[in-house]
Amino acid sequence: MPRHPPAPVSQAIQIRGLRYRYPDGTQALNGIDFHLDAGESVALFGANGSGKTTFVLHLNGLLRGEGSIEICGLPLADETLEQIRSKVGVVFQDSDEQLFMPTVLEDVAFGPLNLGLSPADALTRARTVLKRVGMAHALDRAPYHLSAGEKKRVAIAGVLAMDPEILVLDEPTTFLDPPTRRDLVTLLRSLPQSKVVVTHDANLARTLTTRAVFFDQGQITGEGDVIEVIQRFHWEYS
Amino acid sequence: MHIPDGFLSTPVWGTLDLVSAPAVAWVARRAQRDTQDHRIPLLGVMGAFVFAAQMINFPVGPGTSGHLVGGALLAIVLGPAAASLVMVAILALQALIFQDGGVLALGANVFNMALAGVAAGYLPYRLWEGASRSGAIFAAGAFSVITSACLALGQLMISGVPMAGGVLWASLALFLASALMEGAITVAAVRAIERLNPAWIGGPRPASSRALAAVAMTALVMVVVGTLVASAAPDGIQRLTEQGLAADWSQRTVGGVAGLGLIVALCYLGGKLISRRRSA
Amino acid sequence: MHHLVIDRWSRGSSPLHQRDPRAKLAALLVFLIALSTTPPAAQAAFVAYAILLIVAANLARLPIRGLAGRAALVLPFSATFALLTWWSGDSLRALGLAEKSFLSGMAALLLVGTTPLTGWTAALESWHAPRMLILVIQFVYRYLFVIAEQAQRMRWAALSRRGSRKRSRRVSFQFSAAAGLVGVLFARSWQRADGIYHAMLARGFRGRFVPAAPPPFQTSDALFFSACLAGCLAIRLLL
Ligand SMILES: Nc1ncnc2c1ncn2[C@@H]1O[C@H](COP(=O)(O)OP(=O)(O)O)[C@@H](O)[C@H]1O
Ligand SMILES: [Mg+2]
Repeated sequence: MPRHPPAPVSQAIQIRGLRYRYPDGTQALNGIDFHLDAGESVALFGANGSGKTTFVLHLNGLLRGEGSIEICGLPLADETLEQIRSKVGVVFQDSDEQLFMPTVLEDVAFGPLNLGLSPADALTRARTVLKRVGMAHALDRAPYHLSAGEKKRVAIAGVLAMDPEILVLDEPTTFLDPPTRRDLVTLLRSLPQSKVVVTHDANLARTLTTRAVFFDQGQITGEGDVIEVIQRFHWEYS
Repeated sequence: MHIPDGFLSTPVWGTLDLVSAPAVAWVARRAQRDTQDHRIPLLGVMGAFVFAAQMINFPVGPGTSGHLVGGALLAIVLGPAAASLVMVAILALQALIFQDGGVLALGANVFNMALAGVAAGYLPYRLWEGASRSGAIFAAGAFSVITSACLALGQLMISGVPMAGGVLWASLALFLASALMEGAITVAAVRAIERLNPAWIGGPRPASSRALAAVAMTALVMVVVGTLVASAAPDGIQRLTEQGLAADWSQRTVGGVAGLGLIVALCYLGGKLISRRRSA
Repeated sequence: MHHLVIDRWSRGSSPLHQRDPRAKLAALLVFLIALSTTPPAAQAAFVAYAILLIVAANLARLPIRGLAGRAALVLPFSATFALLTWWSGDSLRALGLAEKSFLSGMAALLLVGTTPLTGWTAALESWHAPRMLILVIQFVYRYLFVIAEQAQRMRWAALSRRGSRKRSRRVSFQFSAAAGLVGVLFARSWQRADGIYHAMLARGFRGRFVPAAPPPFQTSDALFFSACLAGCLAIRLLL
């Protein structure tokens, strides 16, 4: 898979004073300051409804709130949207929403085709990436027939095919059984990108990240070393 | 009612395939024009929703229940062009994957349910929404179903499928009952959806005038009545299929296409005239 | 669910699976037109059509029984009208109605049983079916079962909470409960469509689906179509 050398910028993500209110009046984000260094990985904890998914949707400009967002030194604006979307790869929580094309191969080729690759190149890249995530056997399958773990792998492949510098994963291990979860963690560990991982899974966070932030009602109320944050907020199944 | 292959005589399915194909192309172009990007997945998901909503039973009396057909609901939510397109997609999948309706008969089923049925589910809503919202939605659901069913019945009769008097009246009574049911279900469903989020109902308002809608409605009634009258005429009951590949059927197909085309063209010109006079 | 069977069939690798979808779709149309124009008196022709389908199913390595069982779904409808026709005194025609609808169903199943959805939609597209229609067909099929399963789960949840109190047995109450289910299903579907659109944007969607190029039409595809055409014409004109 083609990889750019890491960008010479030290800040992968820099966010100041981010606020967002849904059209129905729900104030989902209430002044978020956040940063991610290049090559670093961070976990996002927080109760259901605390605004984690809303925050994730801002990282590639799908939602546009107040405040400033810089990705790899680029301020997020209409002109930089396309560039930023190719730098930030988001793996959504619901794989069924992410895999919308009729076959696995076409789905993974969707992003590269949008980036302007020729159909032949896009398919080649899709094949390479699918092999990378261990799904080369399912090229012609319809996404509907895959298991939850396989769907997640294909969703990750679809994002990797865009060759992003930052991977954002929204609750990647929900609905996965323990062995599938372990395999997925192994795969994620092997990926070199900076990662933002939204999760309720303390083990996953400890394996993938070094730092954690804690969301509460649209604000970041705690931040620090991942193990320390887990202990401070009792964020573990007992 | 999905007509399978083998029931319609060659001139009937031929006519309707020839009429429906360009009509679908036109509908697709219109839908594309009125549709923002984000509505492409929406149209697909709404088609899947209609499929799935048909699994939900609405009890209407002891031991009987009905379900949503959905043409009117789609038309109210998505607007007529997009709703037609979604119905065409549903019918194509039903014909090929679910053995519900034939492949040669697809033109007929598209004409009955995706074109006429959706138009009949949109026009009453558009015309009477201002007078009584619930009444308009009820009429939309009922008119949509009765239009599709009468057209299918007429086409079967023209094709020479015999309907003794008693059977004919029984079918019409059945159609009326299911039309009333669809009206009631559509009203209930629209209300339930609006309670969750009023912004979902409404779709894009087309620029066309109410006069045009009235003309279109008249045209629709004429097509339905015309089909039924034609099917009752003695020469329609002739067993066309038995004449096989005689030169006769091509003439009839041409005649059918010309007849339908004439009605549509007249209505189109009439509509243009009215809307021009209004804007002048 | 039934669809799984067809999807599984369509992923086979028989000679018939490998033919170009355009050739198969054209062959299906030829077959259906020949069948549709065959007069009911020509019973020998119907037997010949059936043999043709059985040969094709064998070539495709599809189970004849499974195909026939699925095609029989049309029989309740045909039987009703066949009965009416019988009553009006035309038993041959009645038989013809049932035979034609059944054989047509079998033929359509042979197409979708040897051609995945992307194959036949690509064929339609290369014949200038509107791109927008093709996309909608693909999206409907993709989300059909996802949303149907959601509807099924909601129905179960509603059933398991339905008490035995008088009120819950009233028809009007159940009617509005069903409407509520439809409303929630609609809401979920709408939100899902939003989610899909987000996922599309996140992967660089700019308002246009970029189509992949169809594979070339080969001599073997042309031969296959010619064979089907010859077979259908022979049956139609000679028997
Ligand atoms: N599309 C939406 N419209 C209105 N409110 C929403 C929408 N999506 C989420 N919310 C609300 O915003 C808040 C944050 O939600 P979300 O970001 O999904 O939280 P999390 O991912 O942490 O569970 C919640 O109160 C939720 O109800
Ligand atoms: Mg969330």
